[in-house]
Amino acid sequence: MTNEAIKEYITQHAPDATYDETGEWLNIVVESNQLKPLAAVLHGQPMQMDFLFCLTCVDYTTHLTMVYHFTATKDRSMNIVIKTNLDRANPIIETLCDIWRTAEFHEREVFEMFGVTFLHHPDLRNLILEEETAIAVDKTKGYWPLRKDFEDPINMIKL
Amino acid sequence: MLSLESITKTTQDWLFAKFSPEIALTIECVIVILLCITLFAVLGLVLVLLERKVAARIQIRLGPNRVGPGGIFQTAADTLKLIMKEGLTPDTADKFLFNLAPFIVMMVAMLLLAPIAFAKNFQIWDINIGVLYISAVSSLSVIGILMAGWASNNKYSLLGAMRSGAQIVSYELSAGFAVLTIVVLTGSLRISDIVASQENGWWLFKGHIPVIIAFVLYIIAVTAETNRAPFDLAEAESELTAGFHTEYSGMKFALFFLAEYINIFIVCAIGATLFLGGWMPLHIGHWDGFNHIMDYIPSSVWFMGKTFFLIFVIMWFRWTFPRLRVDQLLNLEWKYLLPISLFNLLLVTVIAIMGWHF
Amino acid sequence: MYNQTEIIKDTTDLGPDGELVINMGPQHPATHGVLHLVVTLNGETIKKIEPHLGYIHRSIEKMCERLSYRQFIYVTSRMDYLSSHINNTACALLIEKGMQIEVPERAKVVRTILNELTRIASHELWIGAMAMDLGAFTPFFYAFREREMITDIMEDTCGARLTMNYIVPGGLMYDIHPNFQTKVKAFVKQFKEKVTEYEDLVTGNIIFQSRTKGVGVLTAEDAISYGCSGPVARASGVSCDMRKIAPYDAYDRVEFDEVIETAGDSFARYIVRVKEMNQSIRIIEQLIDNIPEGEFVGKTKNVLKLNKGEFYQRVETARGEFGVFIVSEGGTTPYRIKFRSPGFSNLSVLDHIAKGSKIGDLMATMGTLDLVIPDIDR
Repeated sequence: MTNEAIKEYITQHAPDATYDETGEWLNIVVESNQLKPLAAVLHGQPMQMDFLFCLTCVDYTTHLTMVYHFTATKDRSMNIVIKTNLDRANPIIETLCDIWRTAEFHEREVFEMFGVTFLHHPDLRNLILEEETAIAVDKTKGYWPLRKDFEDPINMIKL
Repeated sequence: MLSLESITKTTQDWLFAKFSPEIALTIECVIVILLCITLFAVLGLVLVLLERKVAARIQIRLGPNRVGPGGIFQTAADTLKLIMKEGLTPDTADKFLFNLAPFIVMMVAMLLLAPIAFAKNFQIWDINIGVLYISAVSSLSVIGILMAGWASNNKYSLLGAMRSGAQIVSYELSAGFAVLTIVVLTGSLRISDIVASQENGWWLFKGHIPVIIAFVLYIIAVTAETNRAPFDLAEAESELTAGFHTEYSGMKFALFFLAEYINIFIVCAIGATLFLGGWMPLHIGHWDGFNHIMDYIPSSVWFMGKTFFLIFVIMWFRWTFPRLRVDQLLNLEWKYLLPISLFNLLLVTVIAIMGWHF
Repeated sequence: MYNQTEIIKDTTDLGPDGELVINMGPQHPATHGVLHLVVTLNGETIKKIEPHLGYIHRSIEKMCERLSYRQFIYVTSRMDYLSSHINNTACALLIEKGMQIEVPERAKVVRTILNELTRIASHELWIGAMAMDLGAFTPFFYAFREREMITDIMEDTCGARLTMNYIVPGGLMYDIHPNFQTKVKAFVKQFKEKVTEYEDLVTGNIIFQSRTKGVGVLTAEDAISYGCSGPVARASGVSCDMRKIAPYDAYDRVEFDEVIETAGDSFARYIVRVKEMNQSIRIIEQLIDNIPEGEFVGKTKNVLKLNKGEFYQRVETARGEFGVFIVSEGGTTPYRIKFRSPGFSNLSVLDHIAKGSKIGDLMATMGTLDLVIPDIDR
């Protein structure tokens, strides 16, 4: 499907989405509460985007942005990127585990590195970091290493 | 040439001439015990080195070649290291059984040396139920293994020992049936009778089909009985457990280690005796000239040559095949080897009665 | 005196239903790296596997936010150390795409040849390690005989045997060694003679087949849903070779087949990798005689700056699809890097396919998934 056809199809389901075609692939920005319904629609017919190959988060200092990369195994030339902005103080979003099983591990990693809570995730806990590290540093704040304002006086060396 | 038979005869005559019968007998027993222990030690050294060299050559490398010319003192160095290691006993282990287990395994191995004929008229004890004695006593080694696994107080050792025990008990049946094939053909359980009956040819060639089947079954069954690859799941390192000898270190571990190699020697010796003629040179029917030439090679050389050939085959297996899973292992025995052995026994009985062997 | 229940409770770790919980790792004999699996067993049957990661987490993504665009490339060599050239190529391609750098033909062809040699070296190590896991110790030495030839070529060309820092944005760091062509040709010749040894020793061995056939079956839908890529997905029938889907470097002008099997079990994954080695040899043969003359690196500034925006580059490593995602704010260092490693998704499928099988099968399954843990932990 061409980018125009994709845009038309998505506007039917998520009218508020904004598009950005400056990069290599079509970027779509949606609201955080619209992500799950839109993703479910993309998974089904006719687009069948069944391969989620990258799930990550970027910390722009005013807000967090979740980035999802999808492609369809039937038509590998169709790649889209869906982005959604989250509130930095309280980042919550629905999980995509029930549609794409690969999201389980990816979302756990985003949870421990950025502090994003995924609702209805089957097993949301730290994947790579130990549970005790946060307690050792400061129990009141969260221990989210990939955020830009992250400070760890014990383990980090500032140059 | 000085044959082993003449040495023993001379020694016996001299002892009985010099001392009273009881003391002479006692001295003979002491000499035999010392010889046995020496044989053990030497065999252990030689076999461990042989294993390492064979493994290395199959894996396109050289093997130990620094300690002594061609690495011949390597095992001595390793044994010295093991003796000097600290022998740890776990605190919660059953001390008596823990210490007893390696000795039971060694004792069984030593007892099995008695009926084996190393050369012409060079047997420690030519009992009239030789083959039955061998089968019965070799079953006792399971006790030692289970004792080691239980007394270690370690769930992984216990798992390994149970697996090992199940495997050994299952494969004894096939080995027993294979041995029975030769007994049926010979008509006697006595080892010297079996060897003497191969004077006009080894049973492997005389008995054709059923004996060849029995030989193959025997080799598979004894590889499994001695816990060698491809049946060494009980001591596999890349699985969970290190087997029943996990908790052993130092001299006790050395005893287990050596006992495994001695067991291989013994089962190969028995295989060579039953199927390949023991100390009997290669005779073909009534070709007297050929037989006479073959007789020039001493019988002990024949025996050792055959035994070491079988040992080499068993070592070859280890470095070629991957490991069988435990359920596949037991499957192999109960569903394939045992029915084939039973059928083979019937076949060989028919052949023996009808006289359809050479 | 204890009674039986008390003894069992005292001496064993029990799961919630009274099952046995054991740890495999983090130190494994041979292979895999530091992977800690907590396996819940019911007798010999596996009920649940939970991987505990993080033993080799080096916070690479955070570290790269301070490294310049020329420096961060070689960190990827330390991630999946068996596909170091391929990972470096991914980063170099991303920067070339972002800054519109022209890569000369010579560099493209040499990069492709090095990528394929790395793929063969990785598969050789995998075949040796997997056979050793199953108890066959000899294929390890035979496989390393060929791998040694490849690492010797790499040592002459790049100076290092494992973490090879040779590929820069724009092409190669310096020109290839004069003996490069002869050595690669000698390797190709020896490999084609010796690959039949693996067929005889491992593939045709009935014990090996019975331990891997029907073990760890992964269906195509599950492979796609779990995000598997590389030989793991191709063995289940999913066509996912990045060299065919989005060709880079010289892959668009060579002919090679994408190896797909449909069985989805461990044996199929094994066959896919062995056949991939043969396809890699085919690619090398097509390229080695015609390495174009010319420059080995395009014109670039010393200090690289990517424009503001987001960039993504995918390549096909020996393990699957490796992706680099960079968010750039126009500076000399990346604002955010995400490395999408193939092992991360391949590991998540382990619990699903090993449930209900025996421990002996777990070895075969893990071996054929071909995980390299530093790739997963980053």
